[in-house]
Amino acid sequence: MNKALLTLNKGATGKVKMIEAGRCATRRLYEMGFNIGAPVKVIKNDAGPVIVSLTGNKVALGRGLAKKIQLEISNITNN
Amino acid sequence: MASGTIALVGNPNSGKTTFFNALTGSNQHVGNWPGVTVEKKEGSFKFEGEKYHVVDLPGTYSLGAFSEDEVVARNFILTGNPDVIIDVVDASNIERNLYLTTQLLEMGKKVVIALNMVDEAEKRNIDFDIDGLSKKLGIPVIPTIATKGKGIKDIVKAAIDLMNRNMAAENPVQYGETIEHHIRNIERLLAGKELPYPTRWTALKIIEGDQEILNNIKQSPHLDQNLTDYIEKFHQDHRNEDLELEIIDAKYSFANKAVDGTIKRPAEETVTITDKIDRIFTNKYLGIPIFAGIMLIVFQLTFVLGEEILGGLAADLIDGLGGLLAMFLVYLGAPGLFTSFMIDGVINGVGAVVEFVPLILVLYLLLSFLEDSGYMARAAYVWDDLMRRLGLQGKAFISLIIGFGCNVPGIMSARTLDNKKDRMITTLITPFMSCGAKLPIYSIFIAAFFSRHGGLILFSLYAFGILVGLIMAKIFSKTLFKGESSYFIMELPPYRIPTLRNVLRNMWDNVYGFLKRAGTVIFVVITLLWVLAVLPVSVEPYSQLSILGRIGAFIAPIFAPAGFGSWQESVALFAGIPAKEAVVGTLGMLYAGQYVEQGAILVNAVKLQFTSLTALSYMVMTLLYTPCIATLSVVGKETNSLKWPLFMALYTFALGWLAAVAIFQVGSLLGFS
Repeated sequence: MNKALLTLNKGATGKVKMIEAGRCATRRLYEMGFNIGAPVKVIKNDAGPVIVSLTGNKVALGRGLAKKIQLEISNITNN
Repeated sequence: MASGTIALVGNPNSGKTTFFNALTGSNQHVGNWPGVTVEKKEGSFKFEGEKYHVVDLPGTYSLGAFSEDEVVARNFILTGNPDVIIDVVDASNIERNLYLTTQLLEMGKKVVIALNMVDEAEKRNIDFDIDGLSKKLGIPVIPTIATKGKGIKDIVKAAIDLMNRNMAAENPVQYGETIEHHIRNIERLLAGKELPYPTRWTALKIIEGDQEILNNIKQSPHLDQNLTDYIEKFHQDHRNEDLELEIIDAKYSFANKAVDGTIKRPAEETVTITDKIDRIFTNKYLGIPIFAGIMLIVFQLTFVLGEEILGGLAADLIDGLGGLLAMFLVYLGAPGLFTSFMIDGVINGVGAVVEFVPLILVLYLLLSFLEDSGYMARAAYVWDDLMRRLGLQGKAFISLIIGFGCNVPGIMSARTLDNKKDRMITTLITPFMSCGAKLPIYSIFIAAFFSRHGGLILFSLYAFGILVGLIMAKIFSKTLFKGESSYFIMELPPYRIPTLRNVLRNMWDNVYGFLKRAGTVIFVVITLLWVLAVLPVSVEPYSQLSILGRIGAFIAPIFAPAGFGSWQESVALFAGIPAKEAVVGTLGMLYAGQYVEQGAILVNAVKLQFTSLTALSYMVMTLLYTPCIATLSVVGKETNSLKWPLFMALYTFALGWLAAVAIFQVGSLLGFS
């Protein structure tokens, strides 16, 4: 099941499936570790930028960007 | 002559500068936020009797040509010809760091990896098979902890060994068949063309569509039609494909293969202290109040510790020295004019500035602590939402906080912002972040009129500066720099307890700069003004009839609507343009000459010259008006123009004047004085 990172709750995990941003932004995301297949865990997603963990490293990314990252979900938690 | 050049390359915040300092024993600025180093820094060290040159490059995720700092790093690697590269890799974040490593190897460079911060990785229960990793990558890997100096000798030895070996780097990454096919074809067309870069790397850059490399090739004298045609046809045929992303993917899969089996992470991520702190500090309701609380503590502590406790001591010391010097000069029978210069100019002028060393010391101590702790990235995070509504983004906020220390590094750090609009607006509003050099001015006026609420008044001034900056950001984004603000993406590094060494070093750098300015720029300005204040000899020195008095009296009417119309205050404002500390220095010198009978203490003279209302309007004027020459010149350098620094000088002056006038006029109407 694919879902946009922006729609996921705290605790959800998945792998980057697709990025639908512009060329520069996509490239920057790849370079910062959001390459296809990278495991992502949502740490915080309420107001302001979304915080995720990439193998333990926290990265904050704006809501606009988070909308453009599609994840293949492996686990959705509701806490 | 150095025996070789070593370049330090790595991701932002991987600890390169700490490494550089450990290697060279130098004192470069270190902080715990991505982007501290935006310019390359050079130094040297000795190893087994030989001298080596070291270059610390800005931290980058990649060596493309997207942002200023990447270009600086890439150009040095390509044209500075380092003999060997120490690639500083954050041990907790190997895959992403290795992505950069693959690019270095493709550039045909000799690379050794410093697997840095292994202690932090171990705390997160990550296991390493260092030998296995080294074998898979085909290059030496040495575990290090730069902050504690561990592994530094080993990595230097490995780097120098590699430097002296004649070993061409292998091309580690294999791409898909289409890409490899085009690489081969372009390599063939490039053969014998004497390019300044490795052929395979150049071919890859052509495929990626790297504009800088394409332009360089187009300008190359050896260019032939076959190559141009090929490039053109290639980009025509593949314009709908993301070959660039495929290339990045291939690099990552190489990195993943290297890590597979050699790095073991725990199945469940351990919950670290950082996670616990972040739950509170990045909370949607608490984030901004916590930020405000931290800043309030910083300014309250600065004022109480730096001014009330230590400041008095420094003032007594300077006054005592002044008294002794005066007695000594009289005893020697020194000429009156010389005595006047030493007492009014040096002691009351330059000395008035030096008295504030404790204040500056405490401010920088606290700001360094903040910078080292990792909080900066969180401040950027909590402000992103609001900043976005104002036409900027959260990252810009880091530049603004750095600006509280000094505007110059604040403006330089704007380089890490990805788009021009964000960079320009950040640059233009940074001067409203009140820097350390303005602190003495507020301190004098607060001591004279608002001593009961010192910290609060100080905090309000800083907050007012931020407010004006944010309003201007909104205006600029609606007028001069329209368009989208760039996306926000930022690492949140783990919190660290700042090392004493680092905090003290950052603090000392700033205090030293302050003292150096006092001894140079401020001394020169004060001397010059002193000469103008005692000439011509026929009139009473320090009076309105002196040359300086006449100049001052000529400009003073400009400030009359703001309530401070006397010539001394106007002169002091202009004296503040070379360096802000000179405002206090000038007032100290001029009032000392005028109010000899008041014991020459600046605070007392200020009490006579100002009212609480005019003190407030004067403080707001100094908060907002034209920044110092150093700031204007860095704006000129960063924007590569004369227009922007000029614009900045004028618009900030106008804004300061308007605000000061508004405060005085409205205050007077309401019956304050």
